[in-house]
Amino acid sequence: MKEAFCASLWLIPHMPAEHTYPDTAAKASSFAQAGEDRAAASPATEAERLSVSMGPSHPSTHGVLRMQLELDGDVVTKADPVVGYLHRGDEKIAENMTYNQFVPYTDRLDYLAPLANNVAYAIAVERLAKLEVPPRCQAIRVIVCELARISSHLMGLGAYGIDVGAWTIFLYTFTEREKLYRLFEDLTGARFPTSYTRIGGVARDVPEGWLGKVNAFCDQFLPILEEVLALLTRNKIFLDRTVDIGAIAKEDAIAYGLTGPNLRGCGVPLDLRKDRPYSGYEQYEFDVPVGTKGDCYDRYLCRGEEMRQSVRIVKKAIKNFPGGEWYAKDARKIFAPPKDKILTSMEELIQNFMLVTEGPQMPPGEVYFEAENPKGALGFYIVSKGGGVPWRLKIRSPSFCNLSILPKVCVGAMIADIVSILGSFDFVMGECDR
Amino acid sequence: MTATADVAAVLPERFPRLTARPSLDWPAFNIPPADVPAVLGHLRDALGYDLLADLTAIDAGAGRSPRFTVVWHLLSTTAHTYVRVAADCADDAVPAMPSVTGLWPGANWHEREAYDMFGITFTGHPDLRRILMWDGYPYFPLRKEFPLAGLDTDLADAEVAGETGARVKPAPYMGGPFVAPSGGPMSKAEPRARDQSWTEKEEKPE
Repeated sequence: MKEAFCASLWLIPHMPAEHTYPDTAAKASSFAQAGEDRAAASPATEAERLSVSMGPSHPSTHGVLRMQLELDGDVVTKADPVVGYLHRGDEKIAENMTYNQFVPYTDRLDYLAPLANNVAYAIAVERLAKLEVPPRCQAIRVIVCELARISSHLMGLGAYGIDVGAWTIFLYTFTEREKLYRLFEDLTGARFPTSYTRIGGVARDVPEGWLGKVNAFCDQFLPILEEVLALLTRNKIFLDRTVDIGAIAKEDAIAYGLTGPNLRGCGVPLDLRKDRPYSGYEQYEFDVPVGTKGDCYDRYLCRGEEMRQSVRIVKKAIKNFPGGEWYAKDARKIFAPPKDKILTSMEELIQNFMLVTEGPQMPPGEVYFEAENPKGALGFYIVSKGGGVPWRLKIRSPSFCNLSILPKVCVGAMIADIVSILGSFDFVMGECDR
Repeated sequence: MTATADVAAVLPERFPRLTARPSLDWPAFNIPPADVPAVLGHLRDALGYDLLADLTAIDAGAGRSPRFTVVWHLLSTTAHTYVRVAADCADDAVPAMPSVTGLWPGANWHEREAYDMFGITFTGHPDLRRILMWDGYPYFPLRKEFPLAGLDTDLADAEVAGETGARVKPAPYMGGPFVAPSGGPMSKAEPRARDQSWTEKEEKPE
């Protein structure tokens, strides 16, 4: 049973569901209308239109996105996002290496939530191999996914605060993110490029005492999160910059293939963790926050609420943390045998050698798997002809799809709103350009 | 709205030219290119597959026919199931496919990417130009004959190229993904992609 509710209601019970601020709304539409009217009325202003190239290295574009804007005064009349500055050819690279070798490349997709990418990729390949991982492995994956979601949203929120003039937020969120990175380092050995999952399991079991540390983090994080959100949710400057800015209709959001908080902010309660559960997400209770108007403010509210829900999931997962194996034991030709066995037993040595040189052996076939990542639905479409190397691996990146609606959203907005709209989309170019 | 679960039963009845496609997870179909707008439109309007999750292409390799296959993945935002539809491009040399931008405006960027990477022309696309590579790039990188290392090309920026004489150079790797050369000055020891045209025994050609 899905529990969809209004995010704004949930956050501030005394606030009306429709957070309409007549002044702002009227101003926004009249400015947009004025821009269109002016452009239509006089051909003279046509010549006065200004072409502005915003980015690729502009602080508000959060990476290497370039916005080719056409301005009529302060009003944007045309917007063309130019992507591809960070294109590395990940899909080509994937066709030239074994399945396990590609795990580090998934770190670099959404580099603000590498753990979630690792998990999505591992599950996609496991679907191809028809492999089930044991409950303990699933629980580890859920915990790291949700921690990755918190760290990604913290980053997005902090950067968004800076974009719209609320500088303090950044200091709070980065302090919390740093604590998370310490936890990631304890678990995986790396802060940023974690490369934690393997096909059929994870790189290593959770270290002694790590779950306790995560629990302690969650306990101290919740009050700080409330403080951070309180700094923004009723902040007059923040409201002026976000409410009714960049509003997207439900139908448009679906037509453009938006996913994640950007889609839910528009009022579509699609969350793959609930609707198409993977990795044992069906065992956890959590709510899916849904916006009402699809503006920048709703997208912010959804992200804020998602962090609370992630904490809920993590705490539940730690409470019911299953014992047993942390990798699929029956996956002989897929998961590497334990190191001590490799050094002492001939069979395991050969098995490990084959795994490294030829890759985990997959059956021929096609699978498509999407996981609910912090930025949206990260999909992997794998075409296998058998053997250890995919024939074709397509990465469906949520940032790419989310950005494709920009030409529609930005037209009619003020140029200062572009900064707010871009920040509220919370995209990552490493994932968009692949 | 028809339940999406029986799409495998409903769809072939309506479109007789449709055949089942081998799949390990979701219902999958092969259709002729001419049927693409009709089948996808029917899936969207009558069967509830309203979100175009992904659009991509597969290259079967030079010399194979049919060589290029375009694949659509649709998601139902109400029933939460996917369906995979694939169509082979009729011409292997100049592949073309009807555009679905009329059904989903979000297909715009996906089709530009498929054009950019495979050279598939989407007829009816409003603005078919490269998206990830730069305008004027002469190759289609995800075609199987395109080497992983890349090919020698002009820089995107003619002004910079003219002033510096720089070009886009192939950067192949050999052995592992990246190799750190040992010995020599530290400035040369940065891990880099290794050139396939030379080995320890042979001099690097200049």
